[in-house]
Amino acid sequence: MRSQAAALPQTARTSARSTDHYSSSGIWIGVFAITMSFAAFTSALFVREGTADWGHLVLPSILYVNTILLLASSGTLELARRSLREEEGTSKASRLVLLTLLLGLAFCTGQYRAWLDLRTQGIYLATNPNGSFFYVLTFLHALHVLAGILVLVYLAGRLAASQKAFRPSLFRSTAIYWHFMAVLWVYLLMLCRMKL
Amino acid sequence: MGKVLAIVLVIIAIASAYPIVAHKFSLPEDISTHGHAIDDQLNDTMIEAGVSFVAAQIVLAFFVWSFTGRKAGSPLKNFPGGAKVPVIAAFVLVGTEVLALGVMGQKAWANVYFTSPKPDAIQIQAQAEQFAYYFRYPGPDGKFGAVHPDKIDEGNQNYFGLDPANEVEARDDIVSGELVIPVNREIQLLMHAKDVGHSFYVRELRIQQDFVPGLDLSIHFTATKIGKYEIVCTQLCGLGHYNMKAYLNVMSREDYDKWLKDQAGQ
Amino acid sequence: MSESSVEQAHVHAPPEGFIRKHVFSLDHKVIGKQYYALALVSVFTGMLLSWLMRIHMVWPTQQVPGLELLSKAGAPGGIITPEYYLSLLTMHGTLMVFFVLTNAPLAALGNYFLPIQIGAEDMAFPRFNMMSFWTTFLAWIVLMLAFFIPDGPPISGWTSYAPLSAVGKDAGPGMQYGASLWGLSIGIFCIASLLGSLNFIATTLDLRAKGMTLMRMPLCTWAWFITSCIGLLAFAVLLPACILLILDRHAGTSFFIPAGLVISDRLQPHSGGSPLLWQHLFWFFGHPEVYIAILPSMGIVSHILINSMRKPLLSAKVVIYSMMSIGFLSYMVWGHHMFVSGMNPMSALAFSFPTLTITIPATVLTLLWLGSLYGSNLQINSASLFALGFISMFVAGGVSGFFLAQPSIDIYLHATYFVVGHFHMVMGVASLFGVFAGTYFWFPKMTGRMMNETLGKLHFWITFVGAYCIFMPFHYLGLIGNVRRYQSFVDDFMAPYLGWHKFMTIAALITGGAQFIFLFNLIYSRFKGAPAPQNPWKATSLEWSIPSPPPWNNFGDKHPVVYHDPYQYGVKGPDGDFIMQDSPVQPLPASRD
Repeated sequence: MRSQAAALPQTARTSARSTDHYSSSGIWIGVFAITMSFAAFTSALFVREGTADWGHLVLPSILYVNTILLLASSGTLELARRSLREEEGTSKASRLVLLTLLLGLAFCTGQYRAWLDLRTQGIYLATNPNGSFFYVLTFLHALHVLAGILVLVYLAGRLAASQKAFRPSLFRSTAIYWHFMAVLWVYLLMLCRMKL
Repeated sequence: MGKVLAIVLVIIAIASAYPIVAHKFSLPEDISTHGHAIDDQLNDTMIEAGVSFVAAQIVLAFFVWSFTGRKAGSPLKNFPGGAKVPVIAAFVLVGTEVLALGVMGQKAWANVYFTSPKPDAIQIQAQAEQFAYYFRYPGPDGKFGAVHPDKIDEGNQNYFGLDPANEVEARDDIVSGELVIPVNREIQLLMHAKDVGHSFYVRELRIQQDFVPGLDLSIHFTATKIGKYEIVCTQLCGLGHYNMKAYLNVMSREDYDKWLKDQAGQ
Repeated sequence: MSESSVEQAHVHAPPEGFIRKHVFSLDHKVIGKQYYALALVSVFTGMLLSWLMRIHMVWPTQQVPGLELLSKAGAPGGIITPEYYLSLLTMHGTLMVFFVLTNAPLAALGNYFLPIQIGAEDMAFPRFNMMSFWTTFLAWIVLMLAFFIPDGPPISGWTSYAPLSAVGKDAGPGMQYGASLWGLSIGIFCIASLLGSLNFIATTLDLRAKGMTLMRMPLCTWAWFITSCIGLLAFAVLLPACILLILDRHAGTSFFIPAGLVISDRLQPHSGGSPLLWQHLFWFFGHPEVYIAILPSMGIVSHILINSMRKPLLSAKVVIYSMMSIGFLSYMVWGHHMFVSGMNPMSALAFSFPTLTITIPATVLTLLWLGSLYGSNLQINSASLFALGFISMFVAGGVSGFFLAQPSIDIYLHATYFVVGHFHMVMGVASLFGVFAGTYFWFPKMTGRMMNETLGKLHFWITFVGAYCIFMPFHYLGLIGNVRRYQSFVDDFMAPYLGWHKFMTIAALITGGAQFIFLFNLIYSRFKGAPAPQNPWKATSLEWSIPSPPPWNNFGDKHPVVYHDPYQYGVKGPDGDFIMQDSPVQPLPASRD
């Protein structure tokens, strides 16, 4: 058997991303994993729902205010993304990112108010299963939001520093994550309304 | 060394199969009405599995023997038919065998789980706790007294938390550490876990069912041979798990009636 | 402003200083070795635990010198108590399943070789990668702490069923804090694993070199990729389960604990929870977990076998699709661990059919390996011996699954030694054989030195024969109804079979002892082994195109270009009967019979 010397690759598939070492799928994989975890909590809720001590929870109304804050923060982040595309400087984007994270913090504070509200109703973590699920779901979601806020702080800082200092890939990933937090919250709110 | 591996593989295949083929490890005798279906199923599966195991080891041995230590320059060959052969073989052979076993095995499962106990089945309650079984018979009134977890008092042998002082039905309930049953009568066992998960396993009865705290489970069976058989716990329940056992005491009808009368008298 | 102009040209800077190079390293190769070291420590610890268990079982009055220092309550005078046996059992299972079988085949070998085999400079997220390892290490510390607290490790088994695991100290020794440490450790492990899976998947999807299509990836890379996909879903469910368990234990919630339980004479203050909920959540993770344990070894064995046979498999595509099918089906079968658990008996049948169906891709793989051996030019060395041994072990362990997949038979065999034999054969032996094969094969690349072949072969023979001697009798004992998780057999029923238990114990001591040959070989060869050429096995995948050991950025400043699938063997190449993936040389159309 002889061999021939051919120099062309059999396909011309170029992976520019590989030479830049940029992974666009990473954040989606992370979003998927978080979704699966909350799916597990959801199925636990459905199983637990069947028992005699399942009651009914009156959701604190501040939750709806919090929802609007979180959705607004998604909006401001989108505005930040647009300003980056259209303008030369990053200072407007930096301010919008700061606003986003402040709205996020307001959301978390509002969630804390919701827990205090439940406490005045006498519903603590272990009082009844409905309350348990409410606290667990909202707490874990808020924890993920806080993680996002930490990244937004970093991002706001980099944007304020200079145009060259930030990575667009990080901005993109953060934006996907942040919007996912809003979508997840809307889902959790509906779940709590319908089931708890 | 490839040849050595081939020889060792064949020896291992034969040595592993030998104890099975020579019936050195037989299931304990089957004293149940539903067990023969399980035993048949197990035997059929053993043949399929055993043949697959031995055949695979021998084929591996044969190929290792044939294709190691070849002279340099020996031609490479592909298995005739290529990849199609393993794929088709797997789907056809294994697929049909396996699904057949699965379909056939349904009946044995259904016999145990999809049939209801006969109306005249004797109801006995079994309570599993760390680390003993207790069995309760309804007594001459045919009714079980209610159980109250807060009234459980091991020291005074009130294992079930009965309240005979205030409840009529509880007064004649018979509590026993042994599961005494008459031969050839269907028994319905009402299973209750007092503390953690346990299990009810009688090898000869071909019965195994977990006790699940918070769930009212029941199983039913008929024993066909008089004798004493071990009931052992198979669900890890704590430090005494290894010692948690009771006895299934299968008696003749007359002996069983006499035993009940004696217990009721006490 | 274009995106790529500010993206980094290199994923991270060349490491400087001891800490950056060897401790908090961003280099996937160092991280892979760190995972390997952790798995090595864990497997020897787990093996010692199993020795203690077996010694206690057949020689219950045997003193183990020094054990009383580890646990005064658990082993007074060095003699193991019944409850400590359960602690040892729990820690053995937990260490082996999580810290050995999830770490070694996937996180260790995969971390080291996946980026190289796809032609990448490093993983997609090197910082996450470093965090994954150190988080795993933290989880390991938390777990091992259980040995040193006064009450000792938990006694609820690696499966930690509720309510035994959920009610706290009333349930028994080790259940006050030991079980909490378990829950915390496994929860932390989940997070580490999820990060790891994310990295593997993102890297495989996004960082393949030019010409490296998915179908041109080596089979072990495919296995690591599929395994990571499985792990992403599985660990994402175990984490919530652990959180809920910890809440039940410490916050008074009742996710898993029903009302009316009287434990240690105390009525437990819980109500409404479901023990079966824990089982469903746990096994939804637990069954895919066992495929996480075996799939990488299937890929590694395929990869090594092809090299040893000097001939590709009959079809790499079939192997890939089979592995994918196994991964997919693995999510539909978890209830086969719960046939007699009290769940709806109808669902037992629903779980049984996919379980039986998994036999099909498993058989396809086995027959494909066997069929590929035909007409090959099989080279025997330590790596290929373990690869061949894997096939033998995989069949041996797999056929017992046939029985357990059928609910009617499982009525009899559930929780007997038959189950223990089955999972040890597939996980404890077959999966580890894949790791051994991979170690012997890739050691030269990782260290620049060869392992000692004589010691490697000795290791193989004792382990291969020894493993059969240990685990085949488990199946026989299961057939007669030998119940598992018993610290000793105090009844007449088991008396005739105690001789077999002695036999298994002695086999375990010998086989376990042989693992020290492997350990010695690893350490000795690392420093004194014969220098290895760049491509000692005349192999084709990209890891063999770079120096041994590889430089910090794998391919230097070059980006490899891939021209072939990774199994160009039996062709005329510039250096022999193979052509490397990055070689532009094309073989002539094959004229093979």
